[in-house]
Amino acid sequence: MKLVNGLVIGGLIFLGCNQQQTSSSSENKTDSVAAPAPAPVISDSLKAVLAKGQEVYNKHCVTCHQAGGDGVPNLNPPLTGTDYVLGDKTRLINVVLKGLNEDVEINGMVYSNPMPAHAFLNDQEVADVLTYVRNSFGNTAEGITKEEVKAVRAAK
Amino acid sequence: MKNLFPVAAVLAALAITSCNPAPSASKISADPDNAGLKLPQGFGALKVADSIGQARHIAVTGQGDIYVKLNRLKDNKGIVLLSDKDGDGKAETQSSFGNYGGTGISLKNGYLYASSNEAVYRYKLDDQQHVTDTAKPETIVTGLIDRRQHNSKSVVLDDSGYVYVNIGAYSNSCQTEDRTKGSQGMQPCPILDSAGGIWRFRADGQNQSYGDGIRYATGLRNVVGLDWNTTNNALFVMQHGRDGLHDLFPDMYDTKTSAELPAEAMYQLKMGSDCGWPYIYYDQFQKKKILAPEYGGDGKKEGAPNAEEPVVAFPAHLAPNALLFYTGNMFPEKYKNGAFVAFHGSWNRAPEKQAGYMVAFVPFSGGKPSGDWEVFADGFAGMEEVTSPGQAKHRPCGLAQGPDGSLYISDDVTGAIYRIIYNK
Ligand code: HEC
Repeated sequence: MKLVNGLVIGGLIFLGCNQQQTSSSSENKTDSVAAPAPAPVISDSLKAVLAKGQEVYNKHCVTCHQAGGDGVPNLNPPLTGTDYVLGDKTRLINVVLKGLNEDVEINGMVYSNPMPAHAFLNDQEVADVLTYVRNSFGNTAEGITKEEVKAVRAAK
Repeated sequence: MKNLFPVAAVLAALAITSCNPAPSASKISADPDNAGLKLPQGFGALKVADSIGQARHIAVTGQGDIYVKLNRLKDNKGIVLLSDKDGDGKAETQSSFGNYGGTGISLKNGYLYASSNEAVYRYKLDDQQHVTDTAKPETIVTGLIDRRQHNSKSVVLDDSGYVYVNIGAYSNSCQTEDRTKGSQGMQPCPILDSAGGIWRFRADGQNQSYGDGIRYATGLRNVVGLDWNTTNNALFVMQHGRDGLHDLFPDMYDTKTSAELPAEAMYQLKMGSDCGWPYIYYDQFQKKKILAPEYGGDGKKEGAPNAEEPVVAFPAHLAPNALLFYTGNMFPEKYKNGAFVAFHGSWNRAPEKQAGYMVAFVPFSGGKPSGDWEVFADGFAGMEEVTSPGQAKHRPCGLAQGPDGSLYISDDVTGAIYRIIYNK
């Protein structure tokens, strides 16, 4: 699995460059800040992960967080450049598995709706959707594996 | 008798200056672009102020000053007073007070009432309807439940010494696990003992809480817009209908149905009214109270036969944040005693495009709707189609009537205050 993870990370960097070039990319309006670099082809395995992640997102997250990840003012937080999305993986995985319903600042604002627990998603789905979120809406961060989700779920 | 003329002249002059700022519609003209709004023929709009904070509900005094309740503190203050001293329609002075955020604000019998998300306060007014002591409001109601979701406490007063307070349900549909796919509804719904309804308190009581008031109406998920109708002496409310029929029950509802159900309903209430939440929702196509899927419903089975019927059913998820019965004399006859409803705009319609972001009008006669609702003021969002609510430039949130019959509309995105006038 180390290998797959490496592929994903490699692919992610390429994706960052790709966004820079194709500004018409459907769900990305935020300019990427990644430095221009030779743009190798996105690995097919990463493309597949992102496509699967987007499918989960559109099924289980899009109503609240919106197609562009910009959320709903005062109610549902954005998933763009937040500490939760880009930071500690364990905390991020737990938000999806256990939900969140307390006053926390997200990009300087507080949101009043609850985030329901999504423990019914399997490890692969959680990994895919979080890898998608961490590499969409202008975000660039390392992907999440199903082993990582499994470990967090087991730790309770 | 010789002196009568000069005295009369002085008196007349005094009358004019003491009415300052005279709500003389003649001096007031619409902005060249109608402040970006689309309005029916003959109406115009001007922006009275902007960038004042998250402007929720508003109240306009007999002198034309505007009190605005802010959702979140701005410069550590939660209530803004806007004044138009030179009578050109634009507020050039602004002061603020109150150290709490919230939504509700209302003027009645020499007092300004304002709410946080847990309490209702009131401030004594002087003869200019300015607050005498901004630092020391009386606490009228306290200790109301605030569990984040649906926590705004809108207020309205009747003519018999009561204040009505919405206490929204801290839940979407009273599932054991809120907004969680497959979770069943709690039977009976325990939230209804302290939320999900309208509570009534004495307008001059001190430190009242649940035990001192009464639950006037129940089965209301969340009400933000409410008003007292003086034609039939009754409380009218706009409910925010439930979310997520598809997300929670994908086998029963597809995304399109979920975007179009249930209605945002207007109810006329009386003491003891039950509007049926969470057990039913109102389906405006079948014109029926449908059993909620959390309670064994299938989209067809009816429920709660004794629950109130809506008096108006609007499209789903538009988020009615203010209701105002128009009693002014400026607008044409058609508008007299009719209802204006400010729709904040939807978020719960993805993947369909969002809707709302406008102020609607419903004609009334004898305290009942006398025609279909229509869009009155549109264009707040600044774009034809809103795909995500965060894109909207402005969102209507509060309504108030000015002494000359102008209609004021607040926006909680940039904090704009609009004034709608009619010039024959
Ligand atoms: C019912 C609405 C809803 C759904 C569905 C939902 N969320 Fe959330 N989400 C929220 C709310 C509201 C919060 C903030 C809760 C708080 O502040 O306590 C949140 C917080 C988050 C956060 C942390 C804060 C941030 O903005 O970075 C992440 C990450 C997140 N959600 C991801 C997801 C993902 C991924 C899905 C789909 C698997 C999802 N959410 C589904 C409403 C929702």
